[in-house]
Amino acid sequence: MAIINKDVVIIGGGPAGLAAAVQLRNKGIQDIIIIEREKQLGGILRQCIHDGFGLTRFKTTLSGPEYSGRFIELVEKLNIEYITDATVIDITPEKKVIAVSKEGLLEYQATAVVLAMGCRERTRGAISIPGTRPAGVYNAGVAQSYINLHNTMVGREVIILGSGDIGMIMARRMTLEGAKVQAVFEVQPYPSGLPRNIQQCLDDYDIPLYVSHTITKIKGVSRVEGITVSQVDENMKPIPGTEKDYACDTLILSVGLIPENELSLACGVELDGRTKGAIVDENYQTTVDGVFAAGNVLQVHDLVDFVSLEAEELANSVAEYIQVGRLMDCGIQITTDANISHTIPQRISGHKDFKISMRVRKPLKNCQIDVMQNDAVITTVKMKKAIPAEMIQIKITKSRIKSADNIKMVVRC
Amino acid sequence: MNEVYDVVIIGAGVIGSAIARELSRYDLKIAVLDKELDVCCETSGRNSGVLHGGFTYKTGSLKAQCSVEGNAEFDKVAAELDVPFKRTGKVVVGFTESDMKSLLKYKAIGEANGVPGLEIVDKQRLEELDSSAGGEFAMYSPTSGILNPFIYTVALAENAQQNGVKFYFDREVSGINRKNGIYEITTPKEVYKTRWVVNCAGLNSAKISTMLGIDGYTLGGFKGEYFVLDKKVGKYLNMPVYPAPGPTGGFATHATPTVDGNVLIGPDSALVDDFTDYGITSPAMEKLIIDGAKMFKHVKREHFIRNFSGIRPKLIDKDTRQVLDFVLESRDEVPNVINLVGIESPGLTSALPLARRAVALLKEKETLLPNEKFNPRRRGILCFAAQSDEVKKELIAKDPNYGEIICRCETVTKAEIVQAVNNCLGVETVMGIKNRTRATMGRCQGGYCETRIVEIIQEQLNKQATEVLYGRTGSTMFTGKVRG
Repeated sequence: MAIINKDVVIIGGGPAGLAAAVQLRNKGIQDIIIIEREKQLGGILRQCIHDGFGLTRFKTTLSGPEYSGRFIELVEKLNIEYITDATVIDITPEKKVIAVSKEGLLEYQATAVVLAMGCRERTRGAISIPGTRPAGVYNAGVAQSYINLHNTMVGREVIILGSGDIGMIMARRMTLEGAKVQAVFEVQPYPSGLPRNIQQCLDDYDIPLYVSHTITKIKGVSRVEGITVSQVDENMKPIPGTEKDYACDTLILSVGLIPENELSLACGVELDGRTKGAIVDENYQTTVDGVFAAGNVLQVHDLVDFVSLEAEELANSVAEYIQVGRLMDCGIQITTDANISHTIPQRISGHKDFKISMRVRKPLKNCQIDVMQNDAVITTVKMKKAIPAEMIQIKITKSRIKSADNIKMVVRC
Repeated sequence: MNEVYDVVIIGAGVIGSAIARELSRYDLKIAVLDKELDVCCETSGRNSGVLHGGFTYKTGSLKAQCSVEGNAEFDKVAAELDVPFKRTGKVVVGFTESDMKSLLKYKAIGEANGVPGLEIVDKQRLEELDSSAGGEFAMYSPTSGILNPFIYTVALAENAQQNGVKFYFDREVSGINRKNGIYEITTPKEVYKTRWVVNCAGLNSAKISTMLGIDGYTLGGFKGEYFVLDKKVGKYLNMPVYPAPGPTGGFATHATPTVDGNVLIGPDSALVDDFTDYGITSPAMEKLIIDGAKMFKHVKREHFIRNFSGIRPKLIDKDTRQVLDFVLESRDEVPNVINLVGIESPGLTSALPLARRAVALLKEKETLLPNEKFNPRRRGILCFAAQSDEVKKELIAKDPNYGEIICRCETVTKAEIVQAVNNCLGVETVMGIKNRTRATMGRCQGGYCETRIVEIIQEQLNKQATEVLYGRTGSTMFTGKVRG
């Protein structure tokens, strides 16, 4: 099969890929293709049938399929090319993209590649939960797929480990379908999901959430028969003597998301050990020229609205890259103190307005975040409350940047 | 059932499958019974997957003879049965003077056993052999290797099946009687009649032995836990790296590459009474991390993708508590029984040599006619991911299911899953598909593909979701439909 040349190849037709494609077309880029491995566009939103999407981006509350539907309609209306049932298996540093499809091996030569592959769930194996390995242990997103897309119920007596948003949403979903969700356990001393989900998915259904607790044993030979839970100390180590047994047939895990960057690594993109996503500049360009990343493949977001907005900003830069040929050098590094877990971008030029996305490492009250350059504060954000579950975004205009020196973000309480 | 088999083999691990395959060279009516839903569910599938050189076993023992013989012939066996195998070599590393003494001792034993090419290497040479290995010096065994233990057992069983052997799963043997020269073997589903019984029941071999009338064997269950590491670090490890055995012999935690490119860290060793508990434990895992890091420099939590454990059935001398050699016997007072007890490591390496010896015992009593249709060759499921772009294109053109990636981490296509679902042994579990294709074995652990595999099982075998099993009897994955 002949190599197909494209201005932009977008890997992934979820919220990031769709928003990037639409915005690229709005910016006048014609020669685009979205490559999607599923049978339909929409990504993970296809299985997110609950509402609460779109409050920021569309000023209204939508279900996942409704939210992605708005972008898919635009993709169709704007005649943006896409293929489904095609899985990208390799991207070379020269931006050759190879996909497997029923039509054969497809080979694209891209001028720019947009990485929009999203993220995957952390698994039982990654956190080494002790005990046996019976059926009935499901990642929250997998259970969500079985229930919402396959009409298949995964269990009746449920325990949830991890207070991630998908876990809490599944607590409500399974309760509504007649399952008994006994409790949610979180190893950290604070919840990892959004306050609104604690209210709407747990509190409203009288499902208890225990922080500083973890599962220290899974029991059962064929199917899960029960679990043992222990309290943990400040180092998240189980405290002997605090064990409590629960009988259940199902364990749902919602213990974190990991950006899916195997293809990024294949084309030489350098990752940030903190985000597990690419190191990018203010244009969302990675360390490989012409390869861009946005959405959950770059950093795990709290809300899909911010994924779309990030992808739209990426598209503005990619359009410039296609039209101008190259983007400004970004030599100014953004560093942080220990209270901040990471920032996106990691580098800026100083000649363009930009936005920093970040999260705090632990819950903070009445704090301010100072953006510093050369010991001078260039921007301050005051916050009554900052929690790790919520992404914080700080807009900074180029006029604030006074030199080519690095920027440091500091939290003061 | 009135059918009378010539031979019934109890246990479809690597030994039972190898004996089935070797017996299928003859004109015999053979059945294999296993209590699980697939071959290789216990000790045979829960180990390091190493083809041993044979340098740690007492000279003249069955363990020594069979491992040396099995090692020497494995290139041919792997080619014949289409088993993923690499003759990587292996290093047994040391840090102290007493380690050096231990290595010299095992080098001498190895040479007496007929293990070729053993040499003591210094740190520089060790670095060249494997720069990710710990240790100040090592014994290098060039003939050691790695193989896929699941595929090897599946291959033996499939080849046996293709040559006429019947496999019956979910058949836990609860009693054996002998009437008029015919054994009657009771299982929850049927009673099997047979002239000969071969006991290859592994962890339950002492129990079956007692049922057959051969008493007095005591098995010690040596449980070992493992970590499976991401393929991202697999590129660093060229060969298994073992620590020098201590004064009591036996290997402690080692690092082993798998033929697929992962790394295994383990096992530890703990004596257990419960031969059915494969649970993993926190203290063992903590210790594995420390011990494993001494063997392999890239042991990091971010690369952990799974844990498992295995239990080795070691035959123990009741008085001295010493670990004894494999037992392979046929006693006159218990006619028409081939009894194998205490088959543990190096059982994988020794499987075919042991099988040939088992057949020889049977041949001492009966003249066997050849199976004229016997074909020693078996082909496995072609691995799409390992093919060149040209071959990939041809495969998709021939069968569009090759163009549908089901498992993204391991790049397993629908065509491979469909072949696995329709395997000739009739195995229908998700674990069965996993072990035949690698689907769900990657870093997302089935997060993406498990729903798809379940769908294909349902579609190919015309099953309801509630009938799909994860691995064992009763391991139902679903409780019903969400909405009618």
